Amino acid sequence: MLRFAILRLVSLGLSLVVASIVIFTLIEIIPGDPAAFMLGLNAQADTIAVLRAELGLDASPLERYFGWVTGMLTGDFGTSYTYRTPVSEMIGERLWISLPLALIALGLSTLIAFPVGILAASRRGSLVDTVVMGFTQLGVAIPNFWFAMLMVLVFSINLRWFSAGGFPGWDEGLFACLKALTLPAISLALPQASILARVMRSALVDTLDEDFMRTARAKGLTRKQAIRHHALRNAMIPVLTIIGLQFSFLLAGAIIIENVFFLPGLGRLIFQAISQRDLIVVESVVMLLVFAVILVNFAVDITYALVDPRLRRPS
Amino acid sequence: MTLLDIQNVSLEIHGKPILRDISLSLQQGRILGIIGESGSGKSMTAYSVMQLLPDGSDTSGQILINGFDVLSAPEDALCRLRGNEVSIVFQEPMTALNPLMNIGNQVAEAIRVHEPSTPNHVAMQRARSSLNRCELPADRFPLTLYPHELSGGQRQRVVIALAIALQPKLLIADEPTTALDVTTQAEILALLRRLVLEDEMGLMLISHDLAVVTDMADEIAIMKDGEIVENLPSQVSFKDLKHPYSRALFAASGYIPARVRSDQTEPLLSVRNLVCDYHLPRASLLGPAKYFRAVDDVSFDIRKGESLGLVGESGCGKSTLARAILGIQKLSKGEIHFDGMRINNEQDVESDIRRRMQVVFQDPYGSFNPRHRVDRLVSEPFHLYKTPLTKSAKQEAIASALRDVGLEPNDQYKFIHEFSGGQRQRIAIARALIIRPDLILLDEATSALDVSVRAQILDLLAELSESYGLTYLFVSHDLSVVRSITDRVLVMKDGKIVEHGETDDVFSAPKHSYTRKLIASAPRFLQATTR
Repeated sequence: MLRFAILRLVSLGLSLVVASIVIFTLIEIIPGDPAAFMLGLNAQADTIAVLRAELGLDASPLERYFGWVTGMLTGDFGTSYTYRTPVSEMIGERLWISLPLALIALGLSTLIAFPVGILAASRRGSLVDTVVMGFTQLGVAIPNFWFAMLMVLVFSINLRWFSAGGFPGWDEGLFACLKALTLPAISLALPQASILARVMRSALVDTLDEDFMRTARAKGLTRKQAIRHHALRNAMIPVLTIIGLQFSFLLAGAIIIENVFFLPGLGRLIFQAISQRDLIVVESVVMLLVFAVILVNFAVDITYALVDPRLRRPS
Repeated sequence: MTLLDIQNVSLEIHGKPILRDISLSLQQGRILGIIGESGSGKSMTAYSVMQLLPDGSDTSGQILINGFDVLSAPEDALCRLRGNEVSIVFQEPMTALNPLMNIGNQVAEAIRVHEPSTPNHVAMQRARSSLNRCELPADRFPLTLYPHELSGGQRQRVVIALAIALQPKLLIADEPTTALDVTTQAEILALLRRLVLEDEMGLMLISHDLAVVTDMADEIAIMKDGEIVENLPSQVSFKDLKHPYSRALFAASGYIPARVRSDQTEPLLSVRNLVCDYHLPRASLLGPAKYFRAVDDVSFDIRKGESLGLVGESGCGKSTLARAILGIQKLSKGEIHFDGMRINNEQDVESDIRRRMQVVFQDPYGSFNPRHRVDRLVSEPFHLYKTPLTKSAKQEAIASALRDVGLEPNDQYKFIHEFSGGQRQRIAIARALIIRPDLILLDEATSALDVSVRAQILDLLAELSESYGLTYLFVSHDLSVVRSITDRVLVMKDGKIVEHGETDDVFSAPKHSYTRKLIASAPRFLQATTR
């Protein structure tokens, strides 16, 4: 097990190095000089040069890459070109919205998907299965921004239970913040829950046909006991994979929902930074997201090994 | 009281009749053998007794276990019955255990389900003693092992241990040794026999293998198409059989095809000092690389026109050797020559050699692409021709290959799922035959087939070898088949050839102790009675 964890950790480190090189190189090739962009169309060449020096853009790419990486390692992400504030602060604020949002959405999605998937699988072919799977089909098909607007219409405009958007800030108390994140989290969770429920169902259906399920029944376990004690854990591997992918997606991919609900999250930050050629912010946010994705994959790999002894103790 | 009393049981699944008017009975301490080919309903009879039938099943008649009426019992009463009064051992030990649960918990679960008040350590102790009884001692087989750390035979012992954990009165064994090697099979059968004696259980032993059943059972029932065609006492001889199907079945299982021996001595394929290694994962990050020697310094010839057998247990290296001959396995040392040309997978094997060597695999279900029609499946080897055939020549070749294996030319337009196991194996042979190879490698090619189908395929192989001068390398763990169709035989153990010689000599006077053990393990009822 330890060996497995160490190997995964080494591969995690290597992935991070490769990712940082790719991100840095890509941003280098993108046309558009941040200094020229900041100073506008009529700027003089020498003023641009001064600003470039001030921003540290005149150093060689290699120096800038190492400066960027060592900075990140010590928690210094540089200073935004546009806002002249430390990038780490900007990211910190936004992360405190995006991370809880992703976690709540993921929690909701899992809470909905598990019982639904299990119900459909254990009654495979029945009316319940058909109806439930029909709904998940719908859940996958409906775009989440449209569903978000629908919810705003019903719960904010008509019922006035929630505000239509914005975020009060964590100083306003936990309840106010959770309330502001509820509708966005539901709109994010619903399509994810539909996908996850379908994966759960098909993984479980495959497991129910396995020979060891017959052995379990022959021991005297009831159908329910056999599913609970034997099938669920065996069906977990594909489900864990999807949960891992969904978390990464929710963290970075909430940009449309953030826009619908006017939430200052990471998605909107990166969108603004790109349009303003605030490359240092773009680099740092992308790197952070890559880090999050790789970390989640690492966690998923470790969970695989915890679930499956064949990975932990190969024969 | 009769332990198991099955009266006029019929079974339909989704309206399709599976069992018709089955009546059987079994006394305590006795062994009832049920023989039948695939689809005869023998497994469904077992599942009816435990009421573990698929959805849509409708059973009529009466099944009594010690007077307890199974068919009218509610599900919770059946759950109390299963694993407690009646247990079952399944055919496929590789998949019968939960891969994520250690063996101790899997056995202990059987105890906890029926006696929920049992403290955990007591349940584990009882699991331990049940495993001990199944000859899995604590020092080598701790409770914390997982199924993937055990061999097939050991897993079957775990399945038996969990079946007998609560000392049931009735044990059903559904093809318990079909997936196992002969020596393992002999051990598992001896274990079952011992447990039956010790616990005075009744054992219902289901098998397609007549030798296994006749060796073990006190009474025998022969099934065909969901019906029992004949009930027999155990010590039968061939002349006692009344029903024509029983006679056909017994005759087929000891069938020896009429063959003409080739008298050529020139080698077609020669293997010299062959070594094949597999790399194993390193034990530690910086430790030395480890390897497993699958084939260890093997040398032999296959003569033109002969049929050579290669026998050995699973894991002895016979599949690796076969792969090496086909040029799809890395050779660590040694040389293989095919008619003077060297086979070496370092450079691509020339299509000319490939064309002259074809292979037929064991599994007639898994070795075809289900989305292609038979014409495409059969004509696949044509890509080995340097100049492509014309369409009409191709059509002609497909039709004649199908005729050669006893199918109709029109069958080429069908898909593979429209054929039975035996027909599929004929198609596999047609696919091998279509480019007129010199050598056909048959890798357990008859192991998945019923005895009567196997007899037909053996006949076909004998016929084809005569008409096309084919050379066969017959890789199998089934000694009776190898004995019936090969001229010479190689016995392989742990990567080495331990004995070789004329088939009749090796079987009648084995020299190596392993060969003797192998031959002694194979149940041999038939040689004595059908000849």
